[in-house]
Amino acid sequence: MEAILDNFKFKAARALTELTLGPPGVIAPEKSSVVGQKCNKRALPEKNDGATSPVAKAQVVGWPPVRAYRMNSFRARKGEVDDDGCGIYVKVSMDGAPYLRKVDLKAYNGYKELRGALEDMFKCCSLGGEEGYDESEYAITYEDKDGDWMLVGDVPWGMFISSCKRMRIMKGSEARGLSSSA
Amino acid sequence: MPPHPEWTAAMFPDEVWEHVFSFLPSDADRNVAAASCHAWLRIERRSRRRVFVGNCYAVAPAVAVARFPEARAVEVKGKPHFADFDLVPGDWGGGADEWVAAMAEGWPQLEELRFKRMVVSDDCLEVIARSFRNFRVLGLAFCEGFSTAGLAAVAANCRNLRVLDLQENVIEDNCSHWLSHFPESFTSLVHLNIACLPGEVNVPVLERLVSRCTNLKTLKLNHAVPLEKLVILLRKAPQLVDLGTGRFSGEHHLDLYSKLESAFTGYKSLKSLSGTWEAVPAYLPAVYSVCEGLTSLNLSYATTQNPELIKLVSRCKSLQRLWVMDFIEDDGLAAVASSCKLLQELRVFPSDPYGPQPVSLTERGLVAISAGCPMLHSVLYFCNQMTNAALIAIALNRPNLTRFRLCIIEPQTPDYLTLQPLDAGFSAIVESCKDLRRLSVSGLLTDRVFKSIGAYADRLEMLSVAFAGDSDAGLHYILSGCKSLRKLEIRDCPFGDKPLLANAAKLETMRSLWMSSCSLTLGACKLLARKMPRLNVEIIDERRGASWDSRPDDCPVEKLYVYRTVAGPRSDTPSCVWTV
Repeated sequence: MEAILDNFKFKAARALTELTLGPPGVIAPEKSSVVGQKCNKRALPEKNDGATSPVAKAQVVGWPPVRAYRMNSFRARKGEVDDDGCGIYVKVSMDGAPYLRKVDLKAYNGYKELRGALEDMFKCCSLGGEEGYDESEYAITYEDKDGDWMLVGDVPWGMFISSCKRMRIMKGSEARGLSSSA
Repeated sequence: MPPHPEWTAAMFPDEVWEHVFSFLPSDADRNVAAASCHAWLRIERRSRRRVFVGNCYAVAPAVAVARFPEARAVEVKGKPHFADFDLVPGDWGGGADEWVAAMAEGWPQLEELRFKRMVVSDDCLEVIARSFRNFRVLGLAFCEGFSTAGLAAVAANCRNLRVLDLQENVIEDNCSHWLSHFPESFTSLVHLNIACLPGEVNVPVLERLVSRCTNLKTLKLNHAVPLEKLVILLRKAPQLVDLGTGRFSGEHHLDLYSKLESAFTGYKSLKSLSGTWEAVPAYLPAVYSVCEGLTSLNLSYATTQNPELIKLVSRCKSLQRLWVMDFIEDDGLAAVASSCKLLQELRVFPSDPYGPQPVSLTERGLVAISAGCPMLHSVLYFCNQMTNAALIAIALNRPNLTRFRLCIIEPQTPDYLTLQPLDAGFSAIVESCKDLRRLSVSGLLTDRVFKSIGAYADRLEMLSVAFAGDSDAGLHYILSGCKSLRKLEIRDCPFGDKPLLANAAKLETMRSLWMSSCSLTLGACKLLARKMPRLNVEIIDERRGASWDSRPDDCPVEKLYVYRTVAGPRSDTPSCVWTV
């Protein structure tokens, strides 16, 4: 098995389980994930240094020509946090971490974003280098509504979020069997 | 000596001519027939069943009703189109009361009534509900002034109502149980569109209504109906052809996804899908089973982004109409171009018109669609950049375009590669697309583009212009050309008095002209009004200042609305309108 350099290298597992648009082996472009935020997932681009960034323009009345009805739904969306108020919060535990976290599954568009968020979330709690682990051995699992522990990534995203009760990031010997980079 | 036309007409009984006229495809044709002799006028007007009034102030309601005594279906339009973009004061006019009163008096057999951009009061709805025994179709689009109490009256009294179509109206919600006013014996509904309703919907009542109206083909819900309620309604109406979901999210239930998916799996006849506000991407795959059969998909309120958006749309191989937000991006449009070969109409709306533009939607997406979709004829496209080369490619790819509306969001944006005006690009469009009926231009444009439009756009009926042109010549080119022009709306262009006066006669061949933030003066408007008695020349002044009678001729006119009419100046002008 290849050595993977950083902590929590989800990428190998992701390549096999990732739902992508293209044929296997084609890597979809990275999108930066934002942990815990529920509004527009798309990250704003970094402002180019030296480029003239538009100062807040005085808005011209009636321009662009978009009906008030549609405008109101933009404004509602920009202001909203999560206006139906019902996120899907599940506990996430990581072996060896001192405390659990909670994530809102509805904040993510798919497995890639979820993994990215978990990576960010648990970086500080990683046990990198200690106890002789090969740091690449991990697996994200979840408990479904039947009480079984499943590997994250097998079922369509929608089905996953409606059946996931909690998640667990396994490390070490238990994970070796499950890790899909094998 | 040729036979007198009256003799010819009299050779056949009236019923024969009526039958002949029933084959005339348009009102314009019927108008021509009616103008040829008294006998045909009499026969045509007595046999016209569908009446269309494009401008509610062009004719007095009582006159229209008297002219066509056997009308069964009527559509009346009110405010100018730019009212949609807050350019027309709220009290400008377009009230429906006089129309409804005249219809109740003269058309007791009326079956269908549609109002667009009019102010419809609850009183109007009460009168409608009680006056027409066979009333079947009520359509209100972009209207305001009524509440759910008015709808309750319609529900309670229109025993044979087939269609209640409420499209993007502003409705006050003061009677949240209005749906309960449909009696238990009421089963005739075929089309129910309540997407614009602001308040809660009583779902159990709606459920019962949907269950007993077994012919229901169109159901468009409002934002208040979440997914878990949608699932219940879907089960009651598996015969739907046109579905507008409510918001595509809901309280998290463990089985919601699979219930949703199995609800859609039963939907054999579904052709049109819309609604999907705030679509949680996770739930979208639940509709995959219907995608193959969809001919119309409106995701323009769904905040879904790629790749979920592309995944959904590329499955819709039969799509003829696609409305979507710019989240689709160029990549998505390329996928549409290769999957949706039957596409006829595309509308791409901006997701964030005022903010920074992180979305990767450019001219490339539109070029791809124009190349890949041979049946595409109608386009509305909001984007940030454009080139002449792209427009020329689109023009050459799609000479069959009939509607082309391009909105480059930043005014006066040039070709971003050459920094030239977009004259060449739009000129190519009008030269190539000989059947173009509607055009909206944007970006940096000089008078040259209007020379092309005037010369080539022979079939153009509606033209929208903003932040364009250099001088009077621009407006002159349009008004002296464009043989078929009916509606012209202009804002923020350096067009002045001369071309308006030079082409005064043209204005009587058109339905209406709107000009705002141009270079017009009071003197010219007065001259125009004097020259053309059959035009209403309205100056709209929101500051409602000193009387226009006493102002000097060189006083600038900020907003002008001119329309032909046989009814003379209207009697309901508010303080912000002065009819010259």
